[in-house]
Amino acid sequence: MNKKDFFSQHDPKIVPVLQKAVIGIAGAGGLGSNIAVSLVRAGIGKLIVADFDKIEPSNLNRQQFFSDQIGMPKVIALLENLNKISPFTKYQVHEIKLHKDNIPYIYKDVDIMVEAFDKAEMKTMLIETWLTNFPDMPIIAASGLSGWGKNEILHSRKIDNLYICGDEETELQTGISPMAPRVGIVANMQANLVLELLLREI
Amino acid sequence: MKTITVNEISLKWEENMNINVILKRMNYTFRMLVVKVDGKLIKKHEYESTVVSPGSDVKVIHLISGG
Repeated sequence: MNKKDFFSQHDPKIVPVLQKAVIGIAGAGGLGSNIAVSLVRAGIGKLIVADFDKIEPSNLNRQQFFSDQIGMPKVIALLENLNKISPFTKYQVHEIKLHKDNIPYIYKDVDIMVEAFDKAEMKTMLIETWLTNFPDMPIIAASGLSGWGKNEILHSRKIDNLYICGDEETELQTGISPMAPRVGIVANMQANLVLELLLREI
Repeated sequence: MKTITVNEISLKWEENMNINVILKRMNYTFRMLVVKVDGKLIKKHEYESTVVSPGSDVKVIHLISGG
């Protein structure tokens, strides 16, 4: 497969911009694996992804992994899957637990940061670390995506360089867990915003 | 009447109005928050000591588990 054929449906003006971009993704679960797949298909030049977790059967309800990958580190399985989609994105993956001291080091070269954690504490930690260390670089986070339906309350909102996607109200609770359609929608809202920010000058 | 703006909603300003007072007035009971006042990040341990002036633009982002 050559690059010209892969990008034949893209406006030729956008390809060099996308191919030059470096995007950070924090987490490779429901949000992160879906965001990565969309950004690779879009033709982003380089992705930096970190996650410490291994694939469990319960992840397959919403995450872009396969049953023969159970037990594998998520970042390794994701790398395998992304490589099958496109050789036109460079990948840097870290099997590591992110915290406030390693985030500025791992993601120092990204153009846009994407928050893709599961736990609210981690989301808050990443946003605070990002706004403290890189106040001028955009960060796109997700909040409120559990359950099903309620398309009409999903939205995105901009607060300076911080963008939030989701419904900002549906709590994770017994009986209301994240499911493929809604997680996929919000992940793709985040990926869509990445493209919007990269291509706004075009 | 002097006011501040919280998530685009107008709220009456008070003397010594700190972040905890604002969260209470807005009936925000969320646990995990990111708070910005006029573009500046305010961390949790600064909520009590951060007093806003009239006209301040406060943003409160509620982070919910799930991903």
